[in-house]
Amino acid sequence: MELWYSIVELLPFDWAQPGSMYFMKNALLAVLVISPLFGLVSTMVVHSRMSFFSDALGHSAFTGMAIGALCGLGEPTWGAVAFAVVFALLFNLVRRRSNLNSDTVIGVFSSTAVALGIFISTLGGRSFTKFNTLLIGDILSVEPAKVGVLALILLLMLLLWAVSFNQLMLSAVHPALADSRGVKVFWQEAGFSVAIAVVVTVSMTWVGLLVINSLLVLPAAAARNIARNMAQYHLISLLGAIVAGIAGLMTSYYIGSSAGASITLYLSAWFLLTFLLRKKG
Amino acid sequence: MESGCADVCCLKLDGLSVKLEGDSILEDVSFHLHCGEIVALIGPNGAGKSSLFRSILGQMPYRGSITFSPAGGPAIRLSDGAAIGGSRPLVGYVPQSPSFDRGDPVSVLDFFTAATAKWPVWLPVPQKYRDRCAACLARVHGEDLLDKAMGALSGGQLQRVLLALALEPVPHVLILDEPLSGVDIEGEHQLLEMLDELRTEYDLSILLSTHDFATLPQFADKVLLLNRRLLKAGTPDEVLSSPEFYETFHLHVGKGGGQ
Repeated sequence: MELWYSIVELLPFDWAQPGSMYFMKNALLAVLVISPLFGLVSTMVVHSRMSFFSDALGHSAFTGMAIGALCGLGEPTWGAVAFAVVFALLFNLVRRRSNLNSDTVIGVFSSTAVALGIFISTLGGRSFTKFNTLLIGDILSVEPAKVGVLALILLLMLLLWAVSFNQLMLSAVHPALADSRGVKVFWQEAGFSVAIAVVVTVSMTWVGLLVINSLLVLPAAAARNIARNMAQYHLISLLGAIVAGIAGLMTSYYIGSSAGASITLYLSAWFLLTFLLRKKG
Repeated sequence: MESGCADVCCLKLDGLSVKLEGDSILEDVSFHLHCGEIVALIGPNGAGKSSLFRSILGQMPYRGSITFSPAGGPAIRLSDGAAIGGSRPLVGYVPQSPSFDRGDPVSVLDFFTAATAKWPVWLPVPQKYRDRCAACLARVHGEDLLDKAMGALSGGQLQRVLLALALEPVPHVLILDEPLSGVDIEGEHQLLEMLDELRTEYDLSILLSTHDFATLPQFADKVLLLNRRLLKAGTPDEVLSSPEFYETFHLHVGKGGGQ
């Protein structure tokens, strides 16, 4: 962290002065880790049409938090991660076994999880308001150790992308074709949905669950407007996410808005721009 | 017909039955597919054509046996996903029109590399893979498609890319699921000519399903009429003039009389 602080202190901003405003410096580092993470995962979420799934995961993650708190876990985030992983695996199993559309199955899971979360967190007449911070998120509260966890997840995700991106892409395009070429489609999809579950729940506290899904959809959606192949698609998605992340954090610092919402609005503007420049034909 | 495969390279289905959730999809289907032969599978929708393909591909549990005998070699039994007594024959599969959105940022090169190499295609694809992809596309006269987006291909072009993929590595058996649907007349002509080239060049067995009966006599060595059971097998003329054919498709007019 010392190295990071000394780098940031070279920047010409008032919060970058040596020896002050560490929360802002931590937040900037967190954004630099979270935004490429979302930019990367976003490409596959959009490509395999899982945006409703990731949305449902975000909405049900607080249920995991509530269960974690109920069980007396010191760190409710781990309760949320465990819950989201179980949620993702169960969802894959039910989708495979039933004849229902995947969006119907997601709807069933999502509503059950949200109801369960509200039920548990309001048990015995307790107030729900303590979860408000989760809805909006607060990137400024991030601690250096948490940035480390996020960086580790980014690393793992890059590893997953290096090893199984091709197979995931084929599975999304045509499961039977993928299978005929030796891809274990079910396990690929299950693995990817677990990865989304971990990313969403771990970063939820800082981004805010109301806007987290926009970070999983917008970077790739914008990139799709103009990319012509997979490499361009990833590059544009990553760059868009990082630039919007930094710009959103700066904006939130100077005008006092929520960082998550500011980042999302920058991404929306980026989407609008790429839409106007979209490829023809 | 037990000796039909004797020393010739061939794929043999014997008493194949498939049940799905209690419903019988295929019943006691037996036939031979010799190498270098093009066999067309016809039948109404829901006749079990796709289930037959999926059984051969090892994607569906079945009863009965599917064996493959290479020329002069011992027969290899294809069970669910595994071969007994030898290495599993390669089955190339050209699926029915996969779904690509027009805006999908997947180039033909991306798609091909993703299916045939370990190189993750979200990174720029190295020249080595470009060259190999171009060489494979050349087999189907599609070199110019390399950098096109998958979603922007015409029906015929998409079939050619999928065919190039199914031929890498060159399989023993090639299965095409309705390759002629969504392809215009010129594309159809090109595709059939290509299949004819391929089977002589690589001594491939080709099994394809189609609804286009008019072109059958031009390219098929044998036609199988399937409707849960194998109703009729023979040359295109034999099958197309058989009472089973007329009955299956509810054609009550004589041959050549249209509907």
